[in-house]
Amino acid sequence: MGLAKRIIPCLDVDNGRVVKGVQFVDIRDAGDPVEVAKRYDAQGADEITFLDITASSDNRETIIHVVESVASQVFIPLTVGGGIRTVEDIRRMLNAGADKVGINTAAVFNPDFVKQAADKFGSQCIVVAIDAKKVSTQDEANRWEIFTHGGRKPTGLDAIDWARKMVANGAGEILLTSMDRDGTKSGFDLALTRTMSEAVNVPIIASGGVGNLQHLVDGVIEGKADAVLAASIFHFGEYTIEDAKLAMQKAGIEVRL
Amino acid sequence: MVGTIAIVDYGMGNLHSAAKAVARAVDNAKVIVTSQPAEIAKADKIVFPGVGAMRDCMLGLRQLDLIETVSEVSQQKPFLAICVGMQALMDSSEENNGVNCLGLIKGKVRYFGDELLDENQARLKIPHMGWNQVKQQVSHPLWKDIPDNSRFYFVHSYYTEVEDASVIAGMTCYGLDFTSVIAKNNIFAVQFHPEKSHNVGLTLLTNFAKWNGEV
Repeated sequence: MGLAKRIIPCLDVDNGRVVKGVQFVDIRDAGDPVEVAKRYDAQGADEITFLDITASSDNRETIIHVVESVASQVFIPLTVGGGIRTVEDIRRMLNAGADKVGINTAAVFNPDFVKQAADKFGSQCIVVAIDAKKVSTQDEANRWEIFTHGGRKPTGLDAIDWARKMVANGAGEILLTSMDRDGTKSGFDLALTRTMSEAVNVPIIASGGVGNLQHLVDGVIEGKADAVLAASIFHFGEYTIEDAKLAMQKAGIEVRL
Repeated sequence: MVGTIAIVDYGMGNLHSAAKAVARAVDNAKVIVTSQPAEIAKADKIVFPGVGAMRDCMLGLRQLDLIETVSEVSQQKPFLAICVGMQALMDSSEENNGVNCLGLIKGKVRYFGDELLDENQARLKIPHMGWNQVKQQVSHPLWKDIPDNSRFYFVHSYYTEVEDASVIAGMTCYGLDFTSVIAKNNIFAVQFHPEKSHNVGLTLLTNFAKWNGEV
């Protein structure tokens, strides 16, 4: 009896359509984010995260409409990340119906932005997204660095130190993505997840590398994640959210069913 | 009769979710989001939400000249307080080095603490964020069709501690057992977010819209 570990499906949205392919058993390529969000909601998703990967800032309006539409039909928490750079960006997302915003690169270049945002809107809606890559060699103690630009640009910033700093600045939650594992389907970087979860006192969402349901279980039990995020295993209809929750429950993890 | 439901807007963030959820939960309700004392006084039912820090909440209420109106309607008509709105009903909060609140319900708002542990002595994260169970303590019209121990969505770092245990309508465990729901006459106050709590949350909002304020 207590707080449930959360399962969060993530949708990458480009110009108002879900990309990376989404294919449910009975809906082929449901590229409409509203339809996809409704489906995950019906399956029992605990939250939904949208990552806006629209390259052109001219087309950013489309994500606003997506959020508005989803928020009027889906009554669970919604997070929107991607392209959040100013207090005004956050205000627009929250007004559209988002409950939280994910701040990524903007925080790397302007750490005070997280502080401003948390002061203005409250820590509960500020998720700091950290993209980390292992930089230590085999003989060294584990060390991870923050990377930007999809894992291409190192910043020289230690991921764990950075997380502590972001929490001190008011981050209410950390979305931690292993750039080594993202897209590999080989499971979370459990050492990274656990080290970060033990280092800070806010919830950690583990992300990057989920290929099967055991990976989700491992993320919670070994990685000590408070929530697990996945995209492709749900998008292609391989597993439903409910499958994932049943697997977690079977492993002794408290879930919302 | 459902009538007009006023959602009190005192500058504490986005109220669209709450408005949309209330509208969705009730077919024939007129839902307004307002900071006008006259409109709030005229409405049939009141939703008193709140996010963010207590000092800013009280400041917002004061600046918009809403303290008197909110205090009055909370004694007169069906009144649903949500999250920081619930906390604001208490005498005072530990947040922001101590803030005096509305004093409509006897008690305090306290910080969970940085050394919160679960039953296995593992450290619990702050904020308390996610889906947790509510153990119903009384039968109440707003609990209609909601199974005991249902999970609702919470996000908060402070909790209410009431003086008079008879107002406790729901309890939740997070390192300690805290009052997650208060019911007192026409007031129903919840620490969780019904507007973000899927079907059980919508059911609670429907029950509120149909409620005449009597227990």
